[in-house]
Amino acid sequence: MSISLSKLEKRTAYALVLPAVLLVFAIVLFPIFANVWISFKDIELKDIRIPEPRAKKIVKTISDNGSELKVIYKLRNSSLIQEIRSVKLQDKFPKNISPINLDARCNFKSKKIICDFGNWEAKYRENFELIIKNINGEKIDKDLIKSKKPILSGKADNPLLTTNFTLDNFKKVFYENNFVELLLTTFYFTFFGTVGAIIFGILAAQLVNQNIQGRTYMRGILLFPYVGPVVALAYTWTLLLDPNSGTLNALLVNFNVLETPINLLGQKYITMNILGFEFKLRLALTTVIFFEIWRYFPLAFLFILARLQAIPQTLYEAADVDGASPIQKFIHITLPQITAIISILFMIRFIWNFNKFEDIFLLTGGASGTRTLPINVYQQGFAVSDIGMGSAVSIVIVMLLISFMIIYFRLIGKKANEV
Amino acid sequence: MKFKSLALFLVISSFFLTCILSIWKVMSTLQGLNFTNLNIAQIFIIGIFLSLSFVLIGNKINHLMKIISLSFIFSIFYFYLNETSPYWYIFGVFLITLFFTNKLKKYTMQSLKEDFITEKVTFDFITLFGIVFFAFVILFPFYIMLVTSFKTQIALLVNPLDFSLDFSKSLTELFKSYFVIFETYNFGRYILISSAVSIGTVIITLLFAIPAAYAVARLNFFGKNFLSSSILIIYMFPAIVLVIPLYTVFSQFGLRNSIFGLLIVYTATTLPVAIYMLQGYFKSIPKEIEDAGIMDGQNWFGIILKIIIPLSLPAIASVALYVFMIAWNEFLFSLMFLDSPKSFTLSRAIQYLSGDAETPRQYLMAGSVIVTVPVLLIFVYFEKYLVSGLTAGSVKE
Repeated sequence: MSISLSKLEKRTAYALVLPAVLLVFAIVLFPIFANVWISFKDIELKDIRIPEPRAKKIVKTISDNGSELKVIYKLRNSSLIQEIRSVKLQDKFPKNISPINLDARCNFKSKKIICDFGNWEAKYRENFELIIKNINGEKIDKDLIKSKKPILSGKADNPLLTTNFTLDNFKKVFYENNFVELLLTTFYFTFFGTVGAIIFGILAAQLVNQNIQGRTYMRGILLFPYVGPVVALAYTWTLLLDPNSGTLNALLVNFNVLETPINLLGQKYITMNILGFEFKLRLALTTVIFFEIWRYFPLAFLFILARLQAIPQTLYEAADVDGASPIQKFIHITLPQITAIISILFMIRFIWNFNKFEDIFLLTGGASGTRTLPINVYQQGFAVSDIGMGSAVSIVIVMLLISFMIIYFRLIGKKANEV
Repeated sequence: MKFKSLALFLVISSFFLTCILSIWKVMSTLQGLNFTNLNIAQIFIIGIFLSLSFVLIGNKINHLMKIISLSFIFSIFYFYLNETSPYWYIFGVFLITLFFTNKLKKYTMQSLKEDFITEKVTFDFITLFGIVFFAFVILFPFYIMLVTSFKTQIALLVNPLDFSLDFSKSLTELFKSYFVIFETYNFGRYILISSAVSIGTVIITLLFAIPAAYAVARLNFFGKNFLSSSILIIYMFPAIVLVIPLYTVFSQFGLRNSIFGLLIVYTATTLPVAIYMLQGYFKSIPKEIEDAGIMDGQNWFGIILKIIIPLSLPAIASVALYVFMIAWNEFLFSLMFLDSPKSFTLSRAIQYLSGDAETPRQYLMAGSVIVTVPVLLIFVYFEKYLVSGLTAGSVKE
């Protein structure tokens, strides 16, 4: 009895879980594996369609009384790189019509023409002509002939499923792609974006956790950048930072802080002079990092605030009795209580910033030294149209992510369970 | 010691006053006032006098009388130093000073002798300053977005600082950008598509996630632990690595430019979070209630429908709102999969608009307002549910 019950339970569980698992497998896990396949193939954006034979039909009258027509089929292979095998064309004609110059490859039987063109190599083109006449010498309805569409068929390999592999994509990723700079930019962006968001998150949480009026409103307002649509926010900032008529530059120039506007999103380097040391700052990258901090510190804020509110008030009261200063209270009570959540946040935000695409894409499109790995996937795959190369960059991302996760679970995985 | 803490108090409080007055000045400049100098030093010095006279007067007169008269004197001083400014600006200065002096209430010559007073003063004003700073930094872009949509490109090119709205214009003139994007750029259609995609995603996600979450929370089966831990890992994997394979497969199956294609991608990417959030809540429902249901002869379908769902409506609501926001704000997949204007979502449509350098910025901002307002309204109205959703689904954007 109990055995059958647990069997039933198992069966029910699989029935309940299976639809979700299958969907996630098809859309999330399958593509990750498919990337591996594609990254070893020399394939471009224009190749991903399965090649198909195409024909455009043109009808011309060639005799005075309209009893003879010339039908031209402009035939072509839609693919520029792949052949199509055993192409067949089929077209229908009205009654009382017979062909005059029937091509050897074709057959005309019971109002139907069937042609067997054999194999078409890549880029194949042919103007196939057929002259037809009415047996009774009457006029042929040209529009009727035109309205019939020829049917073509042929066999072609799916370019994604062929088994010719190459290592070129990975060679290109590592040797021809400024890989070191790409990696450095990604790490700058990820690291400073994460640290900045957490620092601002701690500050904001510390502020809102005081007994101030309008604390709930403040919490709501602080989350606005996080819940707003990225497209709207990114374009608003682009307008604000615009060098020609952007509000920020106009304000700075108006109040004589700057002499000439600076192109915060379009200038790769700016030379800074601090204490006599001159150094170059990655300007556009810094701006993008600040946008990133602006947009994601609310999440850190929310988590840290939740943690702060869970700290027992008695701890602070005891510290007051001992005569601790506010700074001592922060260092000795608050900070130890939030280190666990900060380490989790750091890892989560690190991984997510590492994968960030939209923000950079919308602000700079990856120009002016803001090209990170995810931007590179898009550029290779869709701007340069090299799908194989884009996949290879994706694989690099996935490998790095897996190593981050291994480090994460080794180092703080146990802490995560405690919280 | 006393002198040191007094000096620190004067400097910090005056610095805070200078900051809020500067923000007020910047905001007024954006209303078309012609200020070209922040006069930080000047405000700072009279601010020090203001704070000094505040602590010197102490409790000798009633607090309300004290702050009104001090603010009044300060504003008149200020008016003399900035003669060209209009009365509403000075009135704003008066209100700010009133707010500021009210915040000084607890400081007197006596209180400045307390322990750790320097740190307390610093903390107090840093808190105030921080709140003003964060509120300003966050709300300012939203404000610019809104007012830009009511201006015209030419007016903004002539004077990029004048965001004042001309209310003498007719309403149709004022809302012209909105009429244009609806009539010329078809935004009505995009709103419909975005709503359909977002609501559809919510429904399908819940249909898939509720049973799965129930199974993970309650039933014993082989692979359960593997499943529940892989949920966390799966949503660490980013959309950008899925894009190329999905793009190629969708192209071959003709799923690009289709709402259906978007729906399955959005559902699949939000499912892990939804299952994770729901199973946590389902586990908190007492098992005895379900046992009673089993006694009544309910099968799993009946238990989910009649017991689990009614009991976990708050959690389902927060998952639904959270998924709605993800789907509404989503950009990457809509950029990749949609290239025919017939099937654009709002985000994609705005990005498409911006691709044309000729598009005046007020249209872009009007579109941005349209895509932002629904999410912010939903967020403000359902903040409680959403905050619990955000904290639970922390790992996912």
